[in-house]
Amino acid sequence: MGSQVGVGAADAYKINRKLYKQNPRFVVSGVIKKGAAMIDFFKKFVRKVFKDIFRKKRNLKIGIYGPPNGGKTTLANKICMDWLGEEMGLVSNIEHETREIQIKERINIKKDDNELSFSLVDTPGIATRIDYEDFMKKGMDESDAKQRAKEATKGVIDAIKWLDNMDIVIVVLDSTKDPYSQVNITIIGNLAARDIPVLIVANKVDLRKSNINKIKAAFPQYDVIGISAKKGTNMEDFYEALFVVAG
Amino acid sequence: MSLTLQFVPYAEIENLSSLGRIRKLLNAVKEGKIVLLEGRLKKEEETELIKTTMEEINSEFKGIELAVIYPESHNLDPLKKMRHQFINALLGDRRGLTIVGPASIVKEIKKDPNKIQLFTTDGPKKSRKKKGSD
Repeated sequence: MGSQVGVGAADAYKINRKLYKQNPRFVVSGVIKKGAAMIDFFKKFVRKVFKDIFRKKRNLKIGIYGPPNGGKTTLANKICMDWLGEEMGLVSNIEHETREIQIKERINIKKDDNELSFSLVDTPGIATRIDYEDFMKKGMDESDAKQRAKEATKGVIDAIKWLDNMDIVIVVLDSTKDPYSQVNITIIGNLAARDIPVLIVANKVDLRKSNINKIKAAFPQYDVIGISAKKGTNMEDFYEALFVVAG
Repeated sequence: MSLTLQFVPYAEIENLSSLGRIRKLLNAVKEGKIVLLEGRLKKEEETELIKTTMEEINSEFKGIELAVIYPESHNLDPLKKMRHQFINALLGDRRGLTIVGPASIVKEIKKDPNKIQLFTTDGPKKSRKKKGSD
């Protein structure tokens, strides 16, 4: 007879709990699922309460997320230019120009009597596919294209890992493109599951194909601000919305 | 070019860990199959699927295309919404359909609330023979 025989439900739960702590991914039993779900709920609750308490007191981390080429770095540059007088990173028409997390600390924005102090985190675009041949089609040679693809995949992984560190997330979507892509839905769904406040930015409203209403229809439970980060259109409304989201 | 669609009933992933679910989907996709999963993964599992995909991208495997069709619940009245959430918590999220395909085969999955379109990549181009006048 194996040593597991005769183990009661309470003991089984303790063993499972220990396993869950070691590696939550490998836990499969029903007892554990229920226990883990309760603990997750409790953890989320505590995290939310603490976040709400400390959000106003410390330097916030505001992340810029979204699919590639939505204009994340252009927006980050615009914010940095407006309040620090310097840019943050390079922009390009070729996807995955930003392949590493970039942080600008101590940005202070002021509006009327309100002041918001934060670190801005610009993240690589999240994608489900990266093909080095796509970069070659844009004129890169094979070895550069392969290197860019390798760095881009690492960038996506880092961006996902950083989600938990964010206090607020600005999701930048290209308003000329289909908002129903699963990457957008997955990012926003994840932020909701983590109780991270979200501000959706419909970028590139200066372009003729722009359709901000489609983004509003896709994410009706969120505020959507239409801007052109490149031309600086509607940035006042954007900052106002940021103050609202930051509470 | 032929396409292979593999249907995965929710019961097949129900008792798997998150890692097991992701592995099951990715293994089938890496074999060149388009997977139709009954129900949906958890939100965290969807992110984990993207992360794992990125870790495995190489010159052969270019990534995935992913789409989830899911009945909208924000239009439901609060009582129905609560009932759905309760059922999901008990039985898992069996509503909806998840489509995962290899990026080398599926070029794009377009989705709006009422329809879903799956575009495949062009197969090898056939050289057209000019019709001669003899």
